[in-house]
Amino acid sequence: MNKISVSAFIDRENRNTTLQLDKGSSVGTLLKKLNINPVNVIVSRDNELILEDEKLNNDDEIKILSVISGG
Amino acid sequence: MNCCNEKPVIGLLDGNKLCKNHFTEYFDGKVFKTISKFDLIGKQENLGVALSGGKDSLTVLSILNRLSKQNPKIKITAIAIDEGIRSYRDKTLEKARAFCEENKIKLDIFSYKNEFGLTLDEMLKILDVKPCTICGIFRRYLLNKKSRELKLTKIATGHNLDDECQSIIMNQMRNSIDASARLGPKAGMIQDNKFVQRIKPLYLCTEKETTTYAFINGLLDEFNECPNAVQSFRAHVRDILNSMEQKFPGTKYSIVNSFLQILPLLKQKFKNGSIKLCEKCNEPSANNVCNACVYLEKLKIKIVSMNLNVT
Repeated sequence: MNKISVSAFIDRENRNTTLQLDKGSSVGTLLKKLNINPVNVIVSRDNELILEDEKLNNDDEIKILSVISGG
Repeated sequence: MNCCNEKPVIGLLDGNKLCKNHFTEYFDGKVFKTISKFDLIGKQENLGVALSGGKDSLTVLSILNRLSKQNPKIKITAIAIDEGIRSYRDKTLEKARAFCEENKIKLDIFSYKNEFGLTLDEMLKILDVKPCTICGIFRRYLLNKKSRELKLTKIATGHNLDDECQSIIMNQMRNSIDASARLGPKAGMIQDNKFVQRIKPLYLCTEKETTTYAFINGLLDEFNECPNAVQSFRAHVRDILNSMEQKFPGTKYSIVNSFLQILPLLKQKFKNGSIKLCEKCNEPSANNVCNACVYLEKLKIKIVSMNLNVT
């Protein structure tokens, strides 16, 4: 199988989404697909921060957390 | 290049990637260097920390609390302003209270409702004004007045590099260069005993660095954005700057660093602004009546006229 399934929670939009990505896709690929500027977010998997070049695995649950100040 | 064998949590502009521990050390070091370089905190202070309950103010309070424990002559009080923005401020203040209780930090909360008779939500139903304008005027007014009454020597805020960068560009776009003279790691221009000096220990820390620090140190709560801020002028400028930063990393640092070089010239050019005392409330004012009193008067007039229309 050349595709992986990744679920992402985007906190700024308070929504979950599931994407099919090519095997070997990175966090950067995920953000690009979601049209999210990496400058605006930090990303976690299993409550650990991961960087843009981190490879994603099938069934990963990712949290995309906005760095933007609330007020 | 990775700092060590531990998993990196952030990549810096210079290409280095830092793990949790090395990043915490880097961030703390940056804040202390900022405090030292810009002479933000003296050997003895009765320091207020403006606390909203958001990640920036919790981060600065956390670091300054540690500083206070190492230097007992630096006392810390947290001061929070409750504007009365439903489903926003009540949530962030919960976090503020919890943090202060856990860390045994004195917290004073002052609300628009108690001080002015109306919450911000109520004010916005009465007056047709830009929410951020009126909110900022009343918040700064209360913060200064209450800090002075509490005999605080300085107020530290959680303003970071992104905030400063946005303000610099906003002032340029609005032809308000005099407002930029009041920016900088030590905010304000006029030395007067009616003003409590505001300082920004996170001045050289980006929003992303602050969020990473907050995440690692358990200071990051669920995302909560002020409903009034979403389509503000500042939000537009922020998005433009972050778009530039994505394409040209280092843009924001460059804007702030170049601004710091001209800030002394701006302060010199605009130093002759006079400070008066408001005729109504005796608080510092650029005019005969301060902005807070001007808006309170407008609110009073509108309420009276609304009551007359109803009866």
